Amino acid sequence: MSRAAAEVLSAPIVKPKASRDDRMMRAFMGVIGVYLLVSLALPLYVMLSKSLEDHDGAFVGIANYIEYFSTPALAYSINNSLYIATVTTVITVVLAFTFAYALTRSCIPFKGLFKSITMIPILVPSLLPGIALVYLFGNQGLITGLLMGNSIYGPIGIVIAEVFFTLPHAIIIIITSLSIADSRLYEAAISLRASKLRIFFTVTIPGCRYGLISAAFVVFTLAITDFGAPKVIGGDFNVLATDIYKQVIGQQNFEMGAVVSVVLLIPAVLAFMVDRVVQRKQVALLSARAVPLEPQPKRGFDLVMLGYVVLVSIFLIGMLAVCQYAALVKFYPYDLSLGLHNYRFDVMDGGGWDAYYNSIKMALYTAFFGTIVVFSGAYLVEKGRGFRHGRAAFQFLAMMPMAVPGLVLGLAYIFFFNHPDNPLGFLYHTMAILVISTITHFYTVSHLTALTALKQLDAEFEAVASSLKQPFYKTFVRVTVPVCLPAILDISIYLFVNAMTTVSAVIFLYGPDTNLASVAVLNMDDAGDIAPAAAMGMMIFYTAAGVRVLHYFGSRWLERRTQAWRVR
Amino acid sequence: MSEAQQAPGEPYLRISGLTKMFGPFAALKDISLEIFEGEFVCFLGPSGCGKTTLLRAIAGLDIQTTGTVEQAGCDISALPPAERDFGIVFQSYALFPNMSVAKNVAYGLENRKMSKADIRRRVNELLELVGLPEQGDKYPSQLSGGQQQRIALARAIAVSPGLLLLDEPLSALDAKVRVHLRHEVKSLQRRLGITTIMVTHDQEEALTMADRIVVMDHGKIEQIGTPLEIYREPGTSFVADFIGTMNFVPGSVRGPGRVSMGELELVCDTDGLADGAHVTIAVRPEDIVVQGVTAEDENVYPAQVCGLEFLGSFVRAELASEVTGESRLLADLSINLMRHQSIAEGDSLLVRVPKEHIRIYRGSVSHE
Amino acid sequence: MNEISSLTSRIAGWTVGGVLAALFAVSTAWAETLTVYTAVEAEDLKKYAARFNEDYPDIQIKWVRDSTGIVTAKLLAEKDNPKADVIWGLAATSLLLMKKEGMLHPYAPVGLEKLDPKFKDKGSAPYWTGMDAWVAAICYNTVEAKKHGLTPPRSWKDLTNVQYKGHVAMPNPNSSGTGFLDVSSWLQMFGENDGWAFMDNLHKNINHYTHSGSKPCKQAARGEVAIGVSFAFRGAKSKAQGAPLEIIIPSEGIGWDMEATAIVKGTKNLKAAQKLVDWSVTEKANKMYNEGYAVIAIPELAKEVKYFPPGIIEAMINNNFEWAAENRKRILKEWQRRYDSKSEPKS
Repeated sequence: MSRAAAEVLSAPIVKPKASRDDRMMRAFMGVIGVYLLVSLALPLYVMLSKSLEDHDGAFVGIANYIEYFSTPALAYSINNSLYIATVTTVITVVLAFTFAYALTRSCIPFKGLFKSITMIPILVPSLLPGIALVYLFGNQGLITGLLMGNSIYGPIGIVIAEVFFTLPHAIIIIITSLSIADSRLYEAAISLRASKLRIFFTVTIPGCRYGLISAAFVVFTLAITDFGAPKVIGGDFNVLATDIYKQVIGQQNFEMGAVVSVVLLIPAVLAFMVDRVVQRKQVALLSARAVPLEPQPKRGFDLVMLGYVVLVSIFLIGMLAVCQYAALVKFYPYDLSLGLHNYRFDVMDGGGWDAYYNSIKMALYTAFFGTIVVFSGAYLVEKGRGFRHGRAAFQFLAMMPMAVPGLVLGLAYIFFFNHPDNPLGFLYHTMAILVISTITHFYTVSHLTALTALKQLDAEFEAVASSLKQPFYKTFVRVTVPVCLPAILDISIYLFVNAMTTVSAVIFLYGPDTNLASVAVLNMDDAGDIAPAAAMGMMIFYTAAGVRVLHYFGSRWLERRTQAWRVR
Repeated sequence: MSEAQQAPGEPYLRISGLTKMFGPFAALKDISLEIFEGEFVCFLGPSGCGKTTLLRAIAGLDIQTTGTVEQAGCDISALPPAERDFGIVFQSYALFPNMSVAKNVAYGLENRKMSKADIRRRVNELLELVGLPEQGDKYPSQLSGGQQQRIALARAIAVSPGLLLLDEPLSALDAKVRVHLRHEVKSLQRRLGITTIMVTHDQEEALTMADRIVVMDHGKIEQIGTPLEIYREPGTSFVADFIGTMNFVPGSVRGPGRVSMGELELVCDTDGLADGAHVTIAVRPEDIVVQGVTAEDENVYPAQVCGLEFLGSFVRAELASEVTGESRLLADLSINLMRHQSIAEGDSLLVRVPKEHIRIYRGSVSHE
Repeated sequence: MNEISSLTSRIAGWTVGGVLAALFAVSTAWAETLTVYTAVEAEDLKKYAARFNEDYPDIQIKWVRDSTGIVTAKLLAEKDNPKADVIWGLAATSLLLMKKEGMLHPYAPVGLEKLDPKFKDKGSAPYWTGMDAWVAAICYNTVEAKKHGLTPPRSWKDLTNVQYKGHVAMPNPNSSGTGFLDVSSWLQMFGENDGWAFMDNLHKNINHYTHSGSKPCKQAARGEVAIGVSFAFRGAKSKAQGAPLEIIIPSEGIGWDMEATAIVKGTKNLKAAQKLVDWSVTEKANKMYNEGYAVIAIPELAKEVKYFPPGIIEAMINNNFEWAAENRKRILKEWQRRYDSKSEPKS
């Protein structure tokens, strides 16, 4: 080896000549890299530096942090946030595990239906469960008595809302990890006469441990960074996310907002890093060959599981039903006649029906441009030739948004795009900046979906194409895109639904012409117009659900038309 | 370009001083090699020996760190694949799954100012050539592995490249299909006269298909030669071990033309090795003679059959002897011979190790 | 081209076409457009713009509406790069803050002399002009009160009575303009020490603080709380919608703030902005304000407003806006120190 190394030193190193393809690819990657730089790295950098400046922009070191930690009301929020996130994590993971267990290890009927029901919370803004809880457990609530004198405004309400909001995420992850179980392990354990409980703790739990850990961290991050639930139902229970909002919106204290953002970034980044490590291990488990486990019917156990699943489903559907009821009631609780009174959004805060149409527009733009940007970016990372450091840097940037809470991103955008010297300042308050921030906010998951699809393609398509002297974009359009069409559709629907429901990043960025439905829910609730807020929230749900159904049938149709080659 | 006339004796492909580093790891070390027009060359070696790396460097897919590659007299060392002249076939076929067979084969013919009718004609011709006419409308997933690989071959040669690169093309196929395709690929290559490089880890494949074999190990070329040369006269103990089966026995030089194996002295070519040098004596099992051996012959010793392994068309006998001490030799005995001489375990017989089949390697061999 | 890719590209074509069509299908033909920041109630904005357009049909108003705190925050955030042309309908205390920051453009609108001196900035070219007064009040839900056996409070100090424990909501002054005007008026009426002592006692009865000033009244209207510390205008509106509310003017006097108008320094549409400010002090505009607000800048025009309790003008304290603006930061900090950690973990 040392001889070879010496050889390298003595002989001239070959500098590969870049082909037209290489140059084009690099140019494209440069464009998307610059996009991520401008839409993510630079704003975050500006925000970090803002947290070290005083009101007039002078550098003050960590003075703001000292002030922050010596303000008891603010410092308590850290405790509150950790408390909420921890309790939510424990409850959600237990509920989700049991639910996932019922779906994978019992013989209950309608598994598909129950699984779709658990996806409901993904289709609504995180403000909506809070609104439902006001109607259920508020002082005039339908079933306030169940709280036995406790107030729903505060930790109880936040935790219930967060559990609702985070449940689907945990269930998806845990179902995946439970479905990779190897039935041979169970056969071995039974043949060794292990008790059921022992098998559960020595085979089942270890088998899905990575899923459980990953779910816990995802839930923790979602709960600690979520802003919607504490805003609506938190009462005076302050958490970090609402502090950012209050510091910036209530007190115009941008520097302190930046400080809280940095504080909020820490647990989010930590949780993200742990999750990445664990995910990698889970993938390693997945690739092992296993004999899938087929659940056997057990009457008693199946009945208990069915009961549980029905209960959770009632909880999820019930929250929505309450909101829909509230939206239709004329003047709760004094006039319970039904009507569309609360749908007159135009005479209320939040931007009226225009906000709703804006949201749809924004979601369409986000899905369209986002899918193009994300898929092309993933393609260049995965299939690009040479330029290794560039690709690694790009991959790093693409993973970053997952660790950045939406509120933090939104605040960073104010600092960056509203800076008078920024030539991109014209974007501020436009639809474009909402689309950009939303694409960036949800970049990582889309990117990973695209990467997974691309990795399943034969690694040598590009080599073959270049040996046949065909440009890479031709192969991209004629082979890569058609073959990855299902994943591309998944990315677009993911972006669409999230663009419809997101509040956190856009709350700082919308302008006079670009009110959004999700923000309108927040603003109407803020002004006390809770019934119209529920009405708008339900509009978001129907739209997101409708598009999902359309997407389902649309992709089935497309698959029949274009994926004929998949069947033998 | 492939039709370019060259002076006779000029190599079509000349690789000199090729080194490829992956970080601190040298995957190829100072490789030099010449390949002539119309040759079928196999890169043979265990996995990780650098054979695929070398192929990818020739294709420009992973360009070498130092060294040059010349094709048809042009320096192509730094060129990207699209500016080189080759067709390539991979183990995974790499057929575009969403395109019909005909579209796959036609892929390289597009944008070449060929009329649609010409393309169709050429595609049919190629499908005919690889023995799959009338299959053009199917999708790759509707074909068997062997059929898919023929399509991949048709696609690669569609544009009449000057060089055909095959990266383990048959490794993913069933044993029977593999044997069948060996002949087909070889005869196709003969007919087209296309210079071909095939990477393989299967020695049988290399021995049956190649005009010349390049045996590689640890990023270096161990030996280049015709299949017969490689088999008969392995240049290094690695080659001797890697190709076919070989008896390796420790010994030492006892004067010119003589080596000792235990107490036994053998006459052979010692290749000028110094007296007393430690060597490894190598002899193939099928070269050991047990029929018609007399005690007066050269290199004869008495041995006992201490094990017999039935291997179908022949039997491998394990021969122990007091004179050879620890070292036991394997000898391949034909079924015919077994029947005639009715050799059984425990029998004693005279064994001859023909002088011309003994090869001597310096030092000891660590394999096995 | 083969069928699959042609289909793919056809779909892509439709989508691109649709997106482009949508992009160009904006823009309506107005001579001029003014971006106006406001905290006026959402339901009134259309009316305000329509009345203005009766006299100035060429000027389109693009509203940016939010609660007082948020609009103030936005304006301050955009200080170096202002997006607004005019501020129409924002708390005078906020405008004073902006005047101090040098963000306003002074202008004497036509008809300035008709305004009550209280309702305009001092000087011949005032930085802001008032529209109407927005006064504190207590929204009292009679149905809920009966349920809990409460008697109506008559004064601010009554609210500290133990019978109201857990029944009162009020806006957080850190995010709500109404909340701040409450706090600053109590400090002015009772003096610093007694003011904070009063709030200490009130705090014990508070169920929760809200971010918005109208929310406590809307919550009282829905019976979510029995008593909402809010403002009279909101109470009257909710009452008009059929809420079982009584609007109480506390006997000590009530804090108030003005909704006011100003031109943002550096506007590119100064001419149109001045036209809007001219219009905002006309009699027509004042009559329009009077449809919702009892106290307006031209007091002679004021008519009684339905559902408004009587005696508002008499109850309005002599509010010192300069003092309030100057001490705003200190007051908010102190308030946050005392009450915002209500939910700290009990250890």
